[in-house]
Amino acid sequence: MNRLIVSIASGKGGTGKTTVAANLVKALNNDITQAIDCDVEEPNLHLFLKPNIFEKQKVSVPIPEIDKNKCTYCKKCSEVCNFNAITVVSKEVIVFPELCHGCGACSLFCPEGAIKEVDREVGTIETGHVGKVEFVRGILNPGEVLAPAVISEAKARIEDKKNVIIDSPPGTSCPVIEAVKGTDFVLLVTEPTPFGLNDLKLAVAMCRKIGVPFGIVINRWGIGNNDVTKFAREEKISLLLKIPYKKEFARCYARGKCIVDEFPEWMGVFRKLWNDIREDVRK
Amino acid sequence: MKIAVTSKGKDMSAEVDSRFGRCSYFVIVDVDTEDYRAVENQNAFVSGGAGVGSAQFIVEQGVKAVVTGHVGPKALKTLEAAGVEVYTGASGTIKNALEQYKSGKLKAVSEATVSQHFGLNNKKGGSF
Repeated sequence: MNRLIVSIASGKGGTGKTTVAANLVKALNNDITQAIDCDVEEPNLHLFLKPNIFEKQKVSVPIPEIDKNKCTYCKKCSEVCNFNAITVVSKEVIVFPELCHGCGACSLFCPEGAIKEVDREVGTIETGHVGKVEFVRGILNPGEVLAPAVISEAKARIEDKKNVIIDSPPGTSCPVIEAVKGTDFVLLVTEPTPFGLNDLKLAVAMCRKIGVPFGIVINRWGIGNNDVTKFAREEKISLLLKIPYKKEFARCYARGKCIVDEFPEWMGVFRKLWNDIREDVRK
Repeated sequence: MKIAVTSKGKDMSAEVDSRFGRCSYFVIVDVDTEDYRAVENQNAFVSGGAGVGSAQFIVEQGVKAVVTGHVGPKALKTLEAAGVEVYTGASGTIKNALEQYKSGKLKAVSEATVSQHFGLNNKKGGSF
C-alpha cells in the first residue's frame, strides 16, 4: 500500500481542523505515521496530542548584508526587490529585514558583489513523539511574516514511506498553499453555516487551482442549514464525514481531549475516514 | 524648492490623503512658483512595503519635504536617510496644506506618528 500524505485545511478558521487532525493521529497510532502541525502562527495540535518533544531546531531565512566598500549605490538591488525590503537613498542602503522574503534576488543581481546573505532566525521546528506517531511542529516567531519558510522546514521532516497528517493554517493564502501543496489529499473541514460555505468555496477553488484532490468534513453538523451538503452534491465533491454538534464534544475539546479518547466508538469512524481518503485518492 | 503633498485627487482643490505610503496621489508643488503636478502613487496597493516604496519614489523626485497626515516608521527612516523633511498633521485641501506648510503651522517630525500598517486599516484616512 502506498503511503498517504493528507493535509487538513479549511477556508474559515475555527471549523475543527485540529480536532480532525488530532483524532486521525490517535485513531491511526502507528509507527508509520507522522503528525505535522503547519499552523505555525498559532500551532495548537500539541494541546490535544501532548507529545514528548526531544529536539528543537532554529529556522532561518537569508537576508542581505551590504559591503559598503563595494557598493556603488546603483539601486539594482532595490529595483529587483519585489517587497521593498531593500532601498537605496543618497549614499545609504537600508534593509528592512521584516519585509524580506529571503529570495536572494538582490545578491544575485548586485553587479559589484557587494551583498552577502546572512541568516535571520524566524522560527523553530520541534520534533517529538505521541504514542507511536512522530510529531513535528513549526513555530513562527511573534511578529514575523515568513510562515511559508517555517512550514517548508517542517514539511522537510516528512520521511519516505510514512503516512503523514498535516494540520494546515486556515485561509487560502501563501502559508496554506505551502502546507497543502505536494500532499496527496486535502481534507477541507467546514461548518454548515453561510460563513463556512463561503470560505469552503474559496478553499475548493484553491485546491482546484493547485491540482490537489480534496474532500469535505462537516463539523458541528446540526447547526446552520443544508447548503454545504447541497454544494458538495452539486460540485460532486466527496462528503467524507459529518461530526455532530454535541455538548459532549465541546466539553472534551475544552479539556484538551480528543473525541476518540472519551468516545472510543469514534476510533472506527476516524479509521474509516482514513480508508475512505485512501479510496478517494486511488480513484 | 519642491515639496510633495499626499493627496486623494489630482489638483490643488483635492483633499489631503492622511496616509503616506498608500496615498492615492502625490501632488508635487514648487513652493516658490506654486507650479504643481500630480503623480499617481504606484505603491498604493502593493502587498507590503508601501511606505518604503513611496519614500524611495519621493526621494527620486528631488523633493525636499513631504506634507502629509501621518507617517510610519519605515517610510520615515527612508526619507530621513535622504534628508527629506516630513511634516505631519496636514488637512483640508492641497492648497490649504501648502498654506499650512508655508506659514509654519505644521511640525517636522523625527518619530513616526503611526505604527506600520496604518494605511491598510484606515482606507478613508482621517481620524484614528
